[in-house]
Order: sequence, then C-alpha cells, then structure tokens
Amino acid sequence: MPDKKILKNRRLFLQQALAAVPGITLLGMTGHQSLFASTAWAAPGQQTPYRPTFFTAAEWMFINAAADRLIPSNEDGPGAVELGVPEFIDRQMESGYGHGEFWYMSGPFVTDVDFTLGYQLQFTPREFYRTAIADIDQACVNMHGHVFAGLDAATQDSVLEKLQAGALTLAHIAKPAEFFIQLLANTKEGYFSDPMYGGNRHMGSWKMIGFPGARADFADWMLQPGRVYPLGPVSIQGEKA
Amino acid sequence: MTTTLKSVDAVVIGLGWTGSILSMELASSGLSVVALERGAYRDTSPDWTYPRAADELKYGIRGELFQRLSKDTVTIRHAIDGTAVPYRQLNAFLLPNNVGGAGVHWNGQHYRPSPEDLKFYSHNVERYGAKFLPEDMTIQDYDVTYDELEPYLDQFERLCGTSGQAGNIGGKIIAGGNPFEGPRSRGYPTPPLPDTEGALRFAAAAKQLGYSPFPQPAANCSQPWTNPYGVRLGPCNLCGYCERYGCYLYSKASPQTTILPALLQKSNFEMRTHSTVTKINMSADGKRATGVTYVDAAGREVIQPADLVILSSFQINNVRLLLLSGIGKPYDPRTGTGVIGKNFAYQMMSESALFFDKDAAINPFIGAGAGGQQIIDEFNADHFDHAPHGFVGGGYILGGTTGGRPLQQLNVPPGTPAWGAKWKKAAKETYLHSTRVQTHASVMSYRDAYVDLDPTYRNALGQPLARITFDWHENEYRMTRFVTDRALEIVAKMNPKSHTVTMRRPGDRFNTRQYQTTHITGGAITGANPQTSAVNRYCQSWDVSNLFVFGASAFPQNLGYNPTGLIGGLTYMGAHAIREQYLKSPGPLVSA
Repeated sequence: MPDKKILKNRRLFLQQALAAVPGITLLGMTGHQSLFASTAWAAPGQQTPYRPTFFTAAEWMFINAAADRLIPSNEDGPGAVELGVPEFIDRQMESGYGHGEFWYMSGPFVTDVDFTLGYQLQFTPREFYRTAIADIDQACVNMHGHVFAGLDAATQDSVLEKLQAGALTLAHIAKPAEFFIQLLANTKEGYFSDPMYGGNRHMGSWKMIGFPGARADFADWMLQPGRVYPLGPVSIQGEKA
Repeated sequence: MTTTLKSVDAVVIGLGWTGSILSMELASSGLSVVALERGAYRDTSPDWTYPRAADELKYGIRGELFQRLSKDTVTIRHAIDGTAVPYRQLNAFLLPNNVGGAGVHWNGQHYRPSPEDLKFYSHNVERYGAKFLPEDMTIQDYDVTYDELEPYLDQFERLCGTSGQAGNIGGKIIAGGNPFEGPRSRGYPTPPLPDTEGALRFAAAAKQLGYSPFPQPAANCSQPWTNPYGVRLGPCNLCGYCERYGCYLYSKASPQTTILPALLQKSNFEMRTHSTVTKINMSADGKRATGVTYVDAAGREVIQPADLVILSSFQINNVRLLLLSGIGKPYDPRTGTGVIGKNFAYQMMSESALFFDKDAAINPFIGAGAGGQQIIDEFNADHFDHAPHGFVGGGYILGGTTGGRPLQQLNVPPGTPAWGAKWKKAAKETYLHSTRVQTHASVMSYRDAYVDLDPTYRNALGQPLARITFDWHENEYRMTRFVTDRALEIVAKMNPKSHTVTMRRPGDRFNTRQYQTTHITGGAITGANPQTSAVNRYCQSWDVSNLFVFGASAFPQNLGYNPTGLIGGLTYMGAHAIREQYLKSPGPLVSA
C-alpha cells in the first residue's frame, strides 16, 4: 500500500488535473473517494497539469480513470496516469494518426466479418474515442448509476473486462471489443514510447523494466553476452537516467 | 491534360531493391534510365540519424516507412466465394513505400534457397511420388537450377557485404556453417556478428540434441565493406532498431547503403519521386510495351515512353499493375487457367517466448535484425525425410532476439493478463530475462489462393485495389506442428522457467491482425511454360518481351527462407541476361 504521503500527493495531482479542465464537476458521482484513491499521484512540485486539446472534460475523466486501471500505480512501479499516458493519447488525437491518416477509411464498411479479417469499423481514432467514451459512460450509468470515472476500481475493472470480451453493449459501436484493443494499444504506446510524445515521463517505464531506450549502441557490450548491462536509459531529446 | 515526355531507353517502376539493381546495371550499360517511385526520397542522413532513428512509436508502431493505407491498400478474403474486406490497418504483413522500398526496413535476414527449393515440384514428386501432393496444391519448378543461379546469389551477397559463416564451399562441408546449404563458390563477404545471449543458449541446446546450429546470415555488416559499386558499409553495433527502421550506421544493406550513392551520380539516370505509375502502356497489337502512364507530385498525368519497361515494385503492386494494364491472362481459380494473380503464397511462423531466472542477463535489447542469432536448418525445405509426416516444405528454427523494444518485443509469461497490476509486475520481472525461439517456414501454392482486382474498393487515385484470396491448408498445419514440436524440444533443453507457444492450429483462419512476415509472394510467377507462368527464367514477360517483372511476385510458392536473397539472385540473373543478350537482340530470351 502507498504511504500517507503518496496518497496526499495523489489527491493533489487529481485536484490539479481537474482544475485544468474548465467546467469539470464531480457532482453526481458517488465514487469520489475511490476516484481519488485510484488516480495516480504527482511528484511534489511537478509541472502544471496538462490541458487536453482534443478530449472534453468528461472524456478526460474517462481517459484518466481507464488508463489508471489498465496500468495502475503501485509499489512495482509507475502507472499510466503518473507517466502522462492521458496526455500522450490526447496529443495523438491531434496527429495524422488520430485523423486516420494511417488507416484505409473508405467504405463500404462491412462489420459482420470474421475477427481475423481485421478492423472494419468506420471510425478514425478521434471518432472512435469520441463515440466510444460517450457510449461506455452511458452504459455505466445504465448499469451502475454513474459514469465510468465515478465507479470504484473493482467495478471499473469489471467494465473493462466486459469491454475486452465484447460483452458490453454500446449504442453506436458494432464491435465494442475493438475499442478495448484501441484503448489498450494507445495506453501501452504512451507508457513505453519515447517521452517526447508526452507519455513515459522521465522514462519511468524504461527504468522499471531495464530498457536502455535510445542508447542504440552496444558495440561495447555485444562481446559480453550474459553480463548485466550497466547503463540506464537515454531519451531521444537527451534525458538521461 | 496528359503530358507526353521524350522517350527513354528504359523506365523502371519502383525504386526498391530490384529497381535499384536494374537501374544501376542498365545505366552502367549506357542506357538512359528513368526510375519512377511513388514515395519520397529517403536516406540515412537526414532521415535516420541517431538518435531520431531509435523511435519505436514512429517507426515500429505507426510505420513511418510504410505505405499509407489511407491512400492505397489491398482487400482480403479467405475463400473464393467470400466477400473481401479492406486491409485497413497494417498488421499481418507490411507494405513498403518510398525510395529503397522494403530494402530499407527489412531485417537483413539474407538466405539462399536450397537447391531443391528451385525444383520443388519435380523434386518432391521424384522422392515421394505424385500422390504425396494434395490435389489442389499447385506448386511448380523454377526454370533455373541452383548452380545456374549461384553466381548471382553470390553477386547479391557481395553487394550487401553480408555477414555469415559458409557451410559448403564447392561441396566441402565446413564446420560452423549450414551443412544443408547448396555449394557456394566462396564464403560470405564478412564474418558473422557476435552471438547474443539468447542465441548462445539456443545453440547450446540445439547442439545437445545433435543439430548443427550456425549464425544467421545477415545483411548486417560485421566489418567495413566496400562493395563492387564502390559503396562502403560500416559494422553493425547490434543497436536493436532494425526491422521497420532505417539503419543509422550504414550497416544494414539497403539500396541507400549499397547502390544509390553510385547510381545517383550517373548522368544517364534520373529518379522521379512522388510519381505513381497507373498503367503500363501497350502497342495496338498488344505485343509491346510502349512506356508507362504515371501521376506526378502535382497530380498531373504524364506519359513516359520507353523501349524497355522494368516492373520492380512490391509483389502485390507488380501483380496489380499487370492486371490494370491488361497484360497476360488473368488467373481463374475455377478453371485453373490464366497466370496473372496465380499462386499467391505467404509464410507460416510459430514462436515461443522463454522466461528465465533473474540471474540470467539476456539483455534482449542487444540485437540486430539478423546478426547475433543462431539457426538450425535440419527441418527446412527437403532436408529431412517427409514420407512419414504427410506434408511437404518446412522451415528453419531461429534462436535469439532482434531487439527488446518494449511495445513490440516485450513478452510476458503464459497466463499473464494483458493489462493491470499483474501484467505490469510480469513485464517488470521478466523483461531482462526473456528470449525467443521461432520457426520461419514455407507455404505452398494452391488453386484457391490468388490475386485479382477488387470489384468494390478503390485507392486514392480511383483504381481498384488488389484482392487477395488466401487461407491456410492442411499441409501447412501439419508442417508447422512438426517443425514447432522440434523447436519446442530445443526450448525444453534450454530449460526456461516457463514459455509461451504461438502457432497456427488446424481450423485457425489466416489472421490479418497477427504479424508473421512481410513475405507475400507469387502472382506473376516464373517458370518454363507460358501456359502456367507469367515470366520466363529471366523474369521476362512471356507476353510482352520488352517487359521484365522482378521481385517475390516471381515465386511459384513460398520457401522456408526469407525471400530477399533469392530475389536478389533472380534479379541479377535477369539483369545479366538483359545486358548480355537482350540489348544485343531485343525479343524473347526464351522461346515459348
């Protein structure tokens, strides 16, 4: 369990995060305490909170809450929120990727085909998040009386598990499991990619697993197989650990 | 308004490996050569400099170097009566783009075919009898023997500065190399790269089981190498960013590191980028190509007349352009007649991730695309008696890692959830202590696996997409079960704490979501008979003698090895025939 100081910092972080979003409100949520408890903490004196460009206040709440369940913070190492994954996803939504530049997006869209024939929905990543988050929040309200971010961690996990299994019915999405695939992929991307994209703050995930990042030169170590590599990671923009 | 330009001696469609080789060989013969590349010009500097090259999100995940599917893709279905749907996201195989093509973002796994791979139909019939082959299997022979091809396989290795350990020079078996390879005229240009820890553990276990492991031949240079065009490569440092990436060190062979520096200096060569060829133009009698039509960077339609047309784009684009241009008879899977689109094939892989104790410093991030890994070849091609097993083909077994990039190459032990606290804990505890064993294997050709034009979906220029009809067959399920079982025996001997197994089992459909290899083949296959093949032994079109079609589209079926070495050999053989025979007397090089 995190100690009291960490819990205090987590509350501070969430307050900062919410303060950054105009019009955000927790009214109507019964899960305030659990929301605080399940949101990652910020290091004391950390930077001003990121202000989302693409996501609305409600969507931002969802992204923070979902990322925090997909990769939680605990004694093993930093979680997704702590490493800036929501910021990463928001910035990706503004990129060519978010606008669907990398995907073939012409119709007709035939969705009743075998899973093995790949993604066949009509949504670009931006459209996918916008549509799916509203649908998931509505489904959560219908089932549990609150939007996803207002649920306790165990209920959030059960919602995510249903989504993953394709067992959560969403109003506008023929294949709900596709959104889980998208959300988990983007979350891991933000967790493990270079910090210059907004996630993996201070190379936290690389330090946790032992990946040396952008070192990309093992002329000195390739003749020493089986010996522990002694250097910490570096990032593309020159951060060192 | 279409602009018609002044005619040139040769126009080259696509400036990847085969287009660069042909451009160089033809320009060196004094021909005026124009190469049309739909993508951009890219080079080591400024595109892949350190540390910007080490960007997993940009290159490994988003696929900066690949074809933008929003502009162009393929459609895929499992059976000839199914409805094909677009390949909307790049997963199972990658589609290259830009100067250098797939030659930029390959791994450098550089093999020669086994001698029997080139006579695969007649070899198997001779050894096992015609009834051993399933009725719907449509494998064929190349019209070239290994010995005929050997000088050109060698030429491509010299171009690349390939590192490796020969196993058979002139029939003499050499310890430490591949004892199953065909006789070589000489060894590799540069010695093998050092083995990584995962490869060493694999090789030790393989030896205990009586196999002959050897270093994977790698177009990742191990020493400085100046190739026959005078272009210099430098040694690889096992940086771990190879497949899907441009090489920042000038170590991985690519058109940029082996040909273009010499080619771009030639005044009789011109490269035009952002130029997408939409059609090969034909004479009124349909016997001669008159040049090509392309769309330039400004969206204008341009006709480039030429005496000689070299079709050298990626496999699927070669096939599509032939179909769009009405060259050759399209293949019909119901009658088995026609040749364009025939014998599409892929490859079948299986994989095991191994997890060791915390005292095992595997350092998975140290790796090259090919070098530093160990192979056994006992169960590839026809290196073993297939009679008891009821299938043909096979694959090599590979131990080691090409890098430890966490988004693509981080494995977790079996039973670990895909997310949450347990996933994170597993990732943290096993990353540094994990390695990989894979099988990389053949896929035969079948009557119902082919390429044609999609009736519904179109690309950004309004042209029909290529449609792939493909699924697995019984022969391949049996093959992968057998080869994977041999791999798992090695895994067991390596004695990991736990391991995963990923393989295709009977009933599994071809899954476009799972990356296996980018090695899609066939559709404009080479052979001895114009009724059953699209191009002759020199990759010259049977129907249009001033058109040559190079690349993996020529493979009658897919072999267990990575294709680039064989593509390079066939390309140099064709280039040699053009230079020495065709230019002196234009016309068919093989009488039909």
